[in-house]
Amino acid sequence: MGDIAAELEATVRAAAASGTKLSIVAGGSKSFLGRDVAGECLDVSGHSGILDYQPAELVLTARAGTTLTEIAQCLEDCGQMLPFEPPVFDGKATIGGTLACDAAGPARPWRGSVRDATLGVTLINGRGERLRFGGQVLKNVAGYDVSRLQAGAMGTLGVMTEVTVRLLPIPAATATLVREMDAAAAIRRMNEMTRTPLPISAAAWLDGKLYMRLEGAERAVAGARGKIEADFDSGDESIWRHIREQSLEFFKGSTPLWRFSVASNSGHRNADEPWLLDWGGAQRWLRGEFDAQYLESLACDLGGQVSLYRHGDRSGEVFHPQVPAMRNVQMRLKKSFDPHGIFNVGRMYDGI
Amino acid sequence: MNASAKTDDGGKLALAARFRELLRADQIIVDAESKRPYECDALPVYKAMPLLVLVPETTRQVQAIVRLCYELKVPVVARGAGTGLSAGALPDSNGVLVSLARLSRIIEVDPDARIARVQPGVRNLAISEAAEEFGLYYAPDPSSQIACSIGGNIAENSGGVHCLKYGLTVHNVLGMEIVTAEGEILQVGGRGLDTAGYDLNALFIGSEGLLGIVTEVWVKLLPKPEHARVVMAGFDSVLNAGDAVSAVIAAGIIPAGLEMMDGFAIQAAEDFVNAGYPRDARALLLCEVDGNEDEVLEHVERIESLFREFGATSCRVSRDDAERALFWKGRKAAFPAAGRISPDYYCMDGTIPRRKIGAVLEAIQQLSEQYGLRISNVFHAGDGNLHPLILFDASVPGELHAAEELGGKILELCVQVGGSITGEHGVGVEKLRYMLAQFNDAELAQFHAIKDALDPAGILNPGKGIPTLRQCQEYRSIDASGGAKR
Repeated sequence: MGDIAAELEATVRAAAASGTKLSIVAGGSKSFLGRDVAGECLDVSGHSGILDYQPAELVLTARAGTTLTEIAQCLEDCGQMLPFEPPVFDGKATIGGTLACDAAGPARPWRGSVRDATLGVTLINGRGERLRFGGQVLKNVAGYDVSRLQAGAMGTLGVMTEVTVRLLPIPAATATLVREMDAAAAIRRMNEMTRTPLPISAAAWLDGKLYMRLEGAERAVAGARGKIEADFDSGDESIWRHIREQSLEFFKGSTPLWRFSVASNSGHRNADEPWLLDWGGAQRWLRGEFDAQYLESLACDLGGQVSLYRHGDRSGEVFHPQVPAMRNVQMRLKKSFDPHGIFNVGRMYDGI
Repeated sequence: MNASAKTDDGGKLALAARFRELLRADQIIVDAESKRPYECDALPVYKAMPLLVLVPETTRQVQAIVRLCYELKVPVVARGAGTGLSAGALPDSNGVLVSLARLSRIIEVDPDARIARVQPGVRNLAISEAAEEFGLYYAPDPSSQIACSIGGNIAENSGGVHCLKYGLTVHNVLGMEIVTAEGEILQVGGRGLDTAGYDLNALFIGSEGLLGIVTEVWVKLLPKPEHARVVMAGFDSVLNAGDAVSAVIAAGIIPAGLEMMDGFAIQAAEDFVNAGYPRDARALLLCEVDGNEDEVLEHVERIESLFREFGATSCRVSRDDAERALFWKGRKAAFPAAGRISPDYYCMDGTIPRRKIGAVLEAIQQLSEQYGLRISNVFHAGDGNLHPLILFDASVPGELHAAEELGGKILELCVQVGGSITGEHGVGVEKLRYMLAQFNDAELAQFHAIKDALDPAGILNPGKGIPTLRQCQEYRSIDASGGAKR
């Protein structure tokens, strides 16, 4: 636990003055993500500690370098959790990095993303100014929503020093169910079930099996289970942790890992390839050497985008290409926060 | 063409002639009488007449309008249904007002993907009506949802009674088509849950029309809950009611809605609609839980016992949907009910952390006495969003001014306790000066940098949302000289 915000600010100011590029790192648990980036390492892991936690407010403020493990331990005592079920990656993941990468787990379609839970941030912009946006309340529409803009920005807009997030109670009951079926049928089934008011909190398919998780009040889970149990067997709850932490056999090795973010009900394609479907069909993982352009057009057909998530060539573009008008807006936005081009330059796209 | 040339009739007609190349004559409103309905939104304290009102019917027409305005450096203010409460759609007297009312088509409802694709002029409630046959609905429900449009909801990041559980507009929009300040058409977000690059959904939603004009929206639809009940409880003190609110949340229950009314609001509402509220209570809580029937019953039992534990003097649970609607009727009529007991009222909007409810209400009571103006408090207790209604009489010289000043004090109080100067109504023109209470110069400068990045010519809804640095200096010098606010 420590407060090094003043040092971080001074380092950023000096870098802005000299045009030194900085590469922001806390736990380094997601350093595989995005493009290779050059720059002096700016270590924010020393900036950690929970600053404010009021269980009855369902709100927590922590320094950006605080690990998710520390946060989870603190919340568990009061029966609460981070809604977005983030990967903790061997205990290294921090709250700042999780927001910067918008890294959410299987519950994401039902409990929202990191962005959705974010209420406020303090960040040091490229002018070396420490700025506060958002706050500790759910409803806050004063000024632009700079806090949620940090989600997935990969630290290219500034160094976050504090993050305030909304919490949820840990559900009283949970049940994992499993049933064998092919991927196309699983996509149909996941979407059908998500259309109904069942207390679903995760739905994924791999290796010929559809997994569903029910969570909520005791009676809600029991009731829902009664409705669908005839179709399903009881499953192993640890599947969700393995999907979240990417610790399944599917994720091992150095073959390129592609991530599709698509319309949940789009059809299953290239059925012979190794797929893992999560988020009720809205997030799809594919392993293998593929032509990026081919996958991009496939992703468009499925109503979404694809990125080269892990491994493969990290010196080229790894995220779905943007049309010129969009690229123009993103470049200008980057510049408005980081006029001297010092933060994680090129981590997301060439020049951004 | 410069601003002074446009203010005379010749300039106005010349401008209209340029738009006639893009739009039909009946889509261009020039005469003062026909422009009148557009001179203000639902905060009529602020009024201005635009040079022209334009009524496009397609994205392409919006694009053509913005391109011409960009070329001529003419201000553009977009307007939906005009139900905003912060003068966010106040016209610019040197610019054009673009009404999006005719972009009102529900393009598609995809029940399997749980997405509706709609144009910005579609009414909020109409989306849920269209989704109803599939057992789905659109969750954000601002009080004006019968009339307000989804485009306006995006501009203000609207919420409502249910956002404690279901979130604000930003949590329920997947993607948008936007016309940028330079007239480019941009697709932001999409049918998936996220897209690479900066999250422009987050940036555009709540940006009060300063960064682009929305021409299409993909919203998320949710399954309608099977069952819902309301627990209604009276308390003999606001503090007890506030503690009871915290107790429900701490018990691990997220209600679909959790609303509080003070004694004054209870009386006014009960006189107006006879909802069966306990007239002798000093505070009333309405707590709705929804979901699967078993879950609702489990939570209702728990909430009832918590309310009694925290000193509820009366407690009732709605027996059926008709009674549930009746309980809500009083809450929903709280604003018109205040209008019945006072010639005018000024509805404020600010947020505070839940645990400060009691202290803030006491401080508001003191301000009320100090200014000699009655205040009726109605608010979304679950998310700390206050709506103090300041009652005044505009025909009494100085009362409007006093009401505004009192409102400002309440907003500053919200910031002092860790809240915000606006929860769901936006800054618009109304709250520009209070932005200084919440943000310092560097933060405001960052907002301006964002605006300059997306709207370099500054043509979109100028003068709203973020005070200029010059305005900040003016406000500060007024405060320093001890002068009255506004």
